[in-house]
Amino acid sequence: MPYPNYPDALIARILRSIKTIAMVGASPNESRPSYFAMKYLLDKGFKIIPVNPGVAGKDILGQKVYASVSELPLPVDMIDIFRNSEAAGPITDEVIANKDRLGVKILWMQLGVINQEAAARAEAAGLTVIMNRCPKIEYGRLSGEIGWYGVNRRTIDNRKHATFNAGGSLRRA
Amino acid sequence: MADYGFDTLAVHAGAQPDPATGARITPIYQTSAYVFEDADQAAALFNLQVFGNIYSRIMNPTVAVMEERIAALEGGTAGLAAASGHAAQHLVFHTIMEPGAEFIAARQLYGGSVNQFGQSFKKYDWHVRWADSTDADSFKRAVTDKTRAIFCESIANPGGVISDLEGIARVAADAGVPFIVDNTLATPYLLRPFEWGAHIVVHSATKFLGGHGNSLAGAIVEAGTFDWARSGNYKTMTEANASYHGLRFYETFGDFAFCVAARALSLRDLGPCLAPMNAFLVLTGMETLPLRMRRHCDNALGIAQWLQSDPRVAWVNYAGLETHALHAAHQKYCPKGAGSVFTFGLKGGYEAGVRLVNGVRIFSHLANIGDTRSLIIHPASTTHRQLSDEDRVKAGAGPEVVRLSIGIEDIKDLIADLDQGMGPKPG
Repeated sequence: MPYPNYPDALIARILRSIKTIAMVGASPNESRPSYFAMKYLLDKGFKIIPVNPGVAGKDILGQKVYASVSELPLPVDMIDIFRNSEAAGPITDEVIANKDRLGVKILWMQLGVINQEAAARAEAAGLTVIMNRCPKIEYGRLSGEIGWYGVNRRTIDNRKHATFNAGGSLRRA
Repeated sequence: MADYGFDTLAVHAGAQPDPATGARITPIYQTSAYVFEDADQAAALFNLQVFGNIYSRIMNPTVAVMEERIAALEGGTAGLAAASGHAAQHLVFHTIMEPGAEFIAARQLYGGSVNQFGQSFKKYDWHVRWADSTDADSFKRAVTDKTRAIFCESIANPGGVISDLEGIARVAADAGVPFIVDNTLATPYLLRPFEWGAHIVVHSATKFLGGHGNSLAGAIVEAGTFDWARSGNYKTMTEANASYHGLRFYETFGDFAFCVAARALSLRDLGPCLAPMNAFLVLTGMETLPLRMRRHCDNALGIAQWLQSDPRVAWVNYAGLETHALHAAHQKYCPKGAGSVFTFGLKGGYEAGVRLVNGVRIFSHLANIGDTRSLIIHPASTTHRQLSDEDRVKAGAGPEVVRLSIGIEDIKDLIADLDQGMGPKPG
């Protein structure tokens, strides 16, 4: 299991509770991992607001792109950082500065992104922090969908899931 | 998640009640294809942007449960099934190798793999160099700047040989190449190669995983620990792929990227997919893997000990015996058991071997291993018949050699069967 360890129950609670995710580093290039993740999460019914100064004002997957966290409209439940570990530091500080205005509760750093100092500052400011994970992969893992690719979900499941219409779902039948 | 035990995972991992019907047993999804929700979802599926089913050559929900269960038992990040163990190996090397590349393989190998590596792979301009699986230095000496992988069996067919996984893993790590281990004879119940530094495990699930001799099946599992980007030698993993709009597999799928690439490129294009019915039978078999392996190993040790004390037997090659040269390796790598496939030699030579395979009434005379039934073969008169006398001896298939795959029957019946099959004792 990737470092750090998070209980499945925590990840599931986050993914069930949030509605709006601002994705910092979302790319308009359809072969990029951030585009994949954004497409998937939109498909699952989340509202995604892309943040990318290079394409601010344009659209990615039909969603208006903002230049920075400070310019985001509210409300935003979770910030997903799709940048490298070093860049996650200043972005985290910007998130902390805008936390109350936006109503942010979760700071999420993507697979491969680990910044312990930034995480400590965010936690001290009252945010829940997840690092080195992808919300797409976690959603696919906990809903069971990623098992269709033979991925080891590291779970045992004795319940019947509701999966009609919109693919896998974290809702219980 | 909770730290579930091996026996719990063998029953449950990968499976869940069917979302459509609530069926508790994994259904056999006997379908070629899957409807798309709409054109947009179809495009996203083909681009690998969302998880879902397209066509059963690439994925199937029954097969997927088997893939995940094997991955869970091996402690890997993901699995991929194939039509046979050979097909699984083909997919692994197709994902790793480029024309002109080399890999190093232990010479203690299933004969079919010797042919695949030494003959068929040449047509792709992939070249094997041989080493000794009990001598890690022999792998080190075979490394060149063209080496792209190292391969061995954990417990080598026809048995008796326990490979020095830890030593070979160190050579692979120093060379910066993935270490691939065929774990068919040990199964993850006895030995988990990832715990000794392997990066990829392959299986013939036809053998102990399925366990009942009723289905051909193969599997790949990845540990998720190999850095495919560092050397720049694994283009399939790291370079923009033209058939997926420039997607880079390693960057996009991270620690399960190898299985996604092997699925979305090699399995898609070469086509050796596993039938859902076979996956169902292997899944059912895997639920009892721990129970069967314990019995297989107990029976094998008991029979090896009995053979060793018999005056008609020249030698017994089973690492579970305290007198065996690799007994210490067995204690180190797989203390729960040395497997149930091994060879022994008959003092009566070729004629005694023929007499035994003709005389047994419980052991089945056939070319397979890892069945609930006990199996026997006399290589010199069957699988190795075409070789010269000298080559037969080199391959461990001399005239006096008999190979056994011990099943889960009552040991007293198996011993009585071998006893009567070997004929009268001398003197």
